[in-house]
Amino acid sequence: MTWRPRLAEGTAPVLVVLLLLLVGLAIAGPAYDEPSGYLALLKRAAPLMILAIGQYFVIVSGGFDLSVGALVTAGVVIAARLINGSESATAWVILFVLGFGLLVGLVNGLVTTKLLVPSFIVTLGMLLVLDGAIFLWTGGAPRGALSAGFRMFGRGAVDVPVLGAVPWSVLILLAILAAAALFMRGGTGRALVAAGDNEAAVRLSGGRVDRLRLLAFVLSGLLAAVASILLGGFASVSAQVGNGLEFRAITAVVLGGVLLGGGRGSVVAAAAGALSLEALFTLLNLLGVSGALESAVQGVIIIAAVAYAALGSGVRQRLRLWPKQRNPERPAQPASS
Amino acid sequence: MSALEENTVPVTRKVTRPAFHRRLTPVAIVYIALAALLVVGSVLVGLRGEVLLDQAGILNIFTRATALGLVAIGQTMAILTGSLDLSVAYLVGLTSLIAAETMGGRDGMIVPGVLLALVVAAGVGLVNGLVITVLKANAFIATLGVALILRGYLEDTYTGPAGDVPRGFQHLGYDRIGPVPVAALLMLAVAALSWWYLSRTRPGYHMYAVGGDIEVARLSVVPTRRTIVTAHVLCSVAAGLTGIYLASRLGSGAPYVGTDAGYDLESIAAVVLGGTLLAGGRGGVVGTIGGVFILATLDTIFDDLEVDPFFKDVVRGVVLVTAVALYARRMTANRARGRLT
Repeated sequence: MTWRPRLAEGTAPVLVVLLLLLVGLAIAGPAYDEPSGYLALLKRAAPLMILAIGQYFVIVSGGFDLSVGALVTAGVVIAARLINGSESATAWVILFVLGFGLLVGLVNGLVTTKLLVPSFIVTLGMLLVLDGAIFLWTGGAPRGALSAGFRMFGRGAVDVPVLGAVPWSVLILLAILAAAALFMRGGTGRALVAAGDNEAAVRLSGGRVDRLRLLAFVLSGLLAAVASILLGGFASVSAQVGNGLEFRAITAVVLGGVLLGGGRGSVVAAAAGALSLEALFTLLNLLGVSGALESAVQGVIIIAAVAYAALGSGVRQRLRLWPKQRNPERPAQPASS
Repeated sequence: MSALEENTVPVTRKVTRPAFHRRLTPVAIVYIALAALLVVGSVLVGLRGEVLLDQAGILNIFTRATALGLVAIGQTMAILTGSLDLSVAYLVGLTSLIAAETMGGRDGMIVPGVLLALVVAAGVGLVNGLVITVLKANAFIATLGVALILRGYLEDTYTGPAGDVPRGFQHLGYDRIGPVPVAALLMLAVAALSWWYLSRTRPGYHMYAVGGDIEVARLSVVPTRRTIVTAHVLCSVAAGLTGIYLASRLGSGAPYVGTDAGYDLESIAAVVLGGTLLAGGRGGVVGTIGGVFILATLDTIFDDLEVDPFFKDVVRGVVLVTAVALYARRMTANRARGRLT
């Protein structure tokens, strides 16, 4: 037996990709010679990583959440309108935004589980409703301003003894990541993955699949609200903050080796996928690739990542020096076709 | 049938009035809803002293339905096969540019322009299909990836509208017979052709089979890969037709004409609204056309009532989710009665 690190299935490739990207950054950009450069990268990546963690819960349990981008926009716009520059309102507005995210997640989850509508459609409907409602409410041009207290979470930093100034967003991210990793190791987390893998089996063994799915959507909505608070900190208030974030988060999760359709993948890998995506964009920027081609590169990479994951076992088998026995599970091929 | 199942389903339940329930298929519901919408809309618009279904109103509904209808017909094939296509919006923009730039204002280049646009569209569909079948990528990711690649190309190459459509070709976009645009009739002809293909030909049946259960289809010697690739090629060609139509309407090609209208998610919404199962294997083009006309009629009614345009999105979202919830309820109710349809 050879020693193997204890990693969840599918985690290794994304970590290798991430490492390569970080090495690439160190070579390409002088800013990445010291820790502060990487800390800045982590700070930029924090909202997407948090969204990816939320999206992971939904995807691993067998669903999609297309509403997170619209939810991020809604969070920022609502906060700006309600705070309107007054410092004293910050605390309850933050609670309100978090509650709003929770509520949206709850509605998504309830419609999916009780009315049996596919989550793709439910969250697509939610996307339309949120986008329309935000534009309706603001008339297309969001008003109001965020307070300094609100922006602190996205912009500010705290002094940590050894590391120096660590951005708030990084601390929040690490806390969420640790909590998510612990949660996925516990019984509920495992049941969530099992529900995505084989719903009937979980149901027959006494698991409450509907509750688990509901929980996944609520967590996704809540984390999208957290991401909107962080994004509100360093982006300007506009009705386009969250545009396309849902697809970016799904891309990140898939890049992390999580299976669409559920049942496989780890939450840390999903977050690593988001960080890789952000590192990739930074690297492309440093290399002078135009912003327009960025999305083309993103497209090629996600196809490659998924193809690798799907075909990977075969490729790995061929690359291995001493191949193991052939996969006995493969069903016999029909004679023709 | 296992013994367990036979014991739990009472035999008498199986024969309760199948005729009535069978008649109300999702397709029937869609068209009843469309009729109800037209009546309610006419009354509401009538209260303002206007007429919904006058010349301009009918023209408006058909014009709105044409572009979305073409995309949605293609999307129906992809979804029926158990796949879906998120790249259609960018493809619409790309093909409109290819058609307009090839034509370059010359009447003689109309046919080459149209053909080139369709060939490129078919090529994109082929790539979609091959990435899904050969590279075994999930359809969502495969077509999202292709969409991002198309977007990168469009953003890198074009800054705004380009190309020039000759006046002769603009007839396609603007000619009409009475209140009905010619292009809408062509769209309905494409729909009829797809209906025939899906319900009367072997490759069409294969699409249902693959969408229903790909393993069963494979074991029944259905060429699953070829079927999926065909569905994606047809889906992309339909998007290409939309691009050509929009080029003839706009007089030039526009890179973001597809994404601004949100044809990717909008077409999926129309297909699902039309009663096709998102998971594939059940549904059809007839329902999709009904779904498209519901969305177009809603838009027209809101225009006539001068409702805030953003309110439309809210209503659309609610209508979409409600409709699919209704279909889901019917299916579970039928399952409980021991029927599959």
